[in-house]
Amino acid sequence: MICSFPRTAGSTVFQSLYSAGKIELELVPQGTLAERIRAGGAGIPAFYTPTAVGTRLAEGKESRVFGGREYLLESGIRADYALIKCHRADRLGNLVYNKTARNFSPLMAAAADTTVVQAGSFVEAGAIDPETIVTQGVFVDRIVEIPAAVEESSLVAAGASYP
Amino acid sequence: MSAQNRGDGWSRDDIARNIALDIEDGAIVNLGIGMPELVASHIPEDREVLFHTENGLLGMGPPPPAGQENPELINAGKRPVTAIAGASFFDHAASFGMIRGGHIDVCVLGAMEVSEGGDLANWSLGDDDPAPAVGGAMDLVAGARRILIATRHCTRDGKPKLVKACSYPVTGIERGRPDLHGPGHT
Repeated sequence: MICSFPRTAGSTVFQSLYSAGKIELELVPQGTLAERIRAGGAGIPAFYTPTAVGTRLAEGKESRVFGGREYLLESGIRADYALIKCHRADRLGNLVYNKTARNFSPLMAAAADTTVVQAGSFVEAGAIDPETIVTQGVFVDRIVEIPAAVEESSLVAAGASYP
Repeated sequence: MSAQNRGDGWSRDDIARNIALDIEDGAIVNLGIGMPELVASHIPEDREVLFHTENGLLGMGPPPPAGQENPELINAGKRPVTAIAGASFFDHAASFGMIRGGHIDVCVLGAMEVSEGGDLANWSLGDDDPAPAVGGAMDLVAGARRILIATRHCTRDGKPKLVKACSYPVTGIERGRPDLHGPGHT
């Protein structure tokens, strides 16, 4: 698991596997994680960042000084699959999101070999104003339309689990 | 430990108010979870401050009235919030670009320990941590132009939080902070 915050209220699977030593954790500062995914999707193998200098998350990492300040070398990352959610998708895979639910989705769409999208609605090409498209269809492989999907937070609160 | 050592002086709201008064008109501000969140309600009415939350909203407003919460409009602590007129949404790379790129004027954070040299520890209990989690704390500490700490002097057990050197793993070190007097930060 490569993650910045691997715990949330009501979420127990990772915690129990981690405590049992059955899963490894690579803890990454949230902004570094976002930039590593962005880089992975944009063809950039590595970059330097000031985040985490002097902390235990810098251990073992190459560092370099630019302009008198120390930076850490971080690598881009990619995934085989991205599973993301959007507000509206068109037939060509162009996406718009809803408010703060955008988060990592545009980054992961670009950084995965296969991007699968859960769309609140599916519309014809041209139905989304080209000026407002956030993720371009070139990054999207599959779309599943699920109108009125149950919110993840509601499922977690209800204790839903999927074996 | 005695009540005296717990430092029963200012209330949480007193601390938040003092921090709020130190935030200038026009500032872009990121508030950490917990006591720092209280700062928002103490900003003087004659100052316009824009709140940034790292999960992708600039122009965060107060929590909505009960019943009007939107699970897709939340802050970094997953609490329901609102978006003010003029707010904008963005992805995490853009959001942390704002932080790392020096576009956030003030970040208010809680602390487990602050060292006399300005190092901050607020993310991990150390090797005993059952599930380490860091979130955006290290990015904020490395990137925001000013870091203000909202904390009591002592822990609940009466141990000082202002220390010579941090005993918990640090979130960031003073040496790792941007040089605000150097090139690009004049």
